[in-house]
Amino acid sequence: MTTTGWQSTLTVPVDPERDHIQGPADAPVTLVEYGDYQCPYCGKAHPIVQAAQAQLGDRMRFVFRHFPITTSHRYAEEAAEAAEAAGAQGRFWPMHDALYEHQDRLTDPDLRGYAEEAGLDLERYDADMASHAHAERVREDFMGGVRSGVNGTPSFYINGARYDDSYDLETLVAALERAAR
Amino acid sequence: MTPLPAGTPAPDFELRSTADETTSLSDLRGRPVVLVFYPADFSPTCTDQLGLYQMLLPEFERYDAVLLGISVDNLWAHKAFAADRNLTFPLLADFEPKGEVSRAYGAYNDEAGTSRRALFVLDGDGVVSWSFVSPNKVNPGADGILAALEDLQKELAT
Repeated sequence: MTTTGWQSTLTVPVDPERDHIQGPADAPVTLVEYGDYQCPYCGKAHPIVQAAQAQLGDRMRFVFRHFPITTSHRYAEEAAEAAEAAGAQGRFWPMHDALYEHQDRLTDPDLRGYAEEAGLDLERYDADMASHAHAERVREDFMGGVRSGVNGTPSFYINGARYDDSYDLETLVAALERAAR
Repeated sequence: MTPLPAGTPAPDFELRSTADETTSLSDLRGRPVVLVFYPADFSPTCTDQLGLYQMLLPEFERYDAVLLGISVDNLWAHKAFAADRNLTFPLLADFEPKGEVSRAYGAYNDEAGTSRRALFVLDGDGVVSWSFVSPNKVNPGADGILAALEDLQKELAT
């Protein structure tokens, strides 16, 4: 088989057993973000996603997956692993928010400080970070993103279709509302 | 201008990658080749297309594929760009005569005087097995390339 042309869609379906999800499973619209905690564009998108969640309420489900751009962001991989370490203790979202809110401070001691604030068992956190216990998971997210056509961060998918439009609040919410109908 | 479609023998070329090295397509027979034509070095984005491909070199290697970037920039621009973005795969200069190889692949933008953002996956016999042109401002990502390489591998296995 030979082909010419390509259309990017989400190739890894949302999995409630594995994914980090906010919002109800039966919401009519699902927004998936592939993001990098050190990427300034992702940092700008973070409050916009939160505002969109507030506006859509129960009609939207939000899913976050990792896409660390390790060639240009030296702290992105560790930050993603730290978020997963928090996730392993049921505290993914507080850690996720802390990382996006402190993008300019993501060294190892900084990450440990956010882990402490998120109420993590620090002994377990330290062990996970030292052994890179969650590196494989982050890599799986990354490769799933690559196979879905993630081309930079943040990349958004609305009900499985790559969203290439602007992600200012008004435009994003309008697209989500259309998908929710 | 449309890009060379699947099934077309890929035009051979020999281009410089550094001051003392050239890359010739015909030397790469037996391995899949990914040709990445792009408009210019230094695009103003956080993650550019080539940076993404650099991160994916281990994936391309799983298919024994050779990745080559091609633009009309000169060797010195390529060198600075590769150093800035930590790119380790060859960036070829389609510089003299300008755009000649890009034209041969249907991957030249006459108005802009640059290569278009075009992707080609060639099989081990040097035949185009997949091609795609993205709008200049849209980074096409890598999913199409990886799917094409996977198809090639499946064909070889059958």
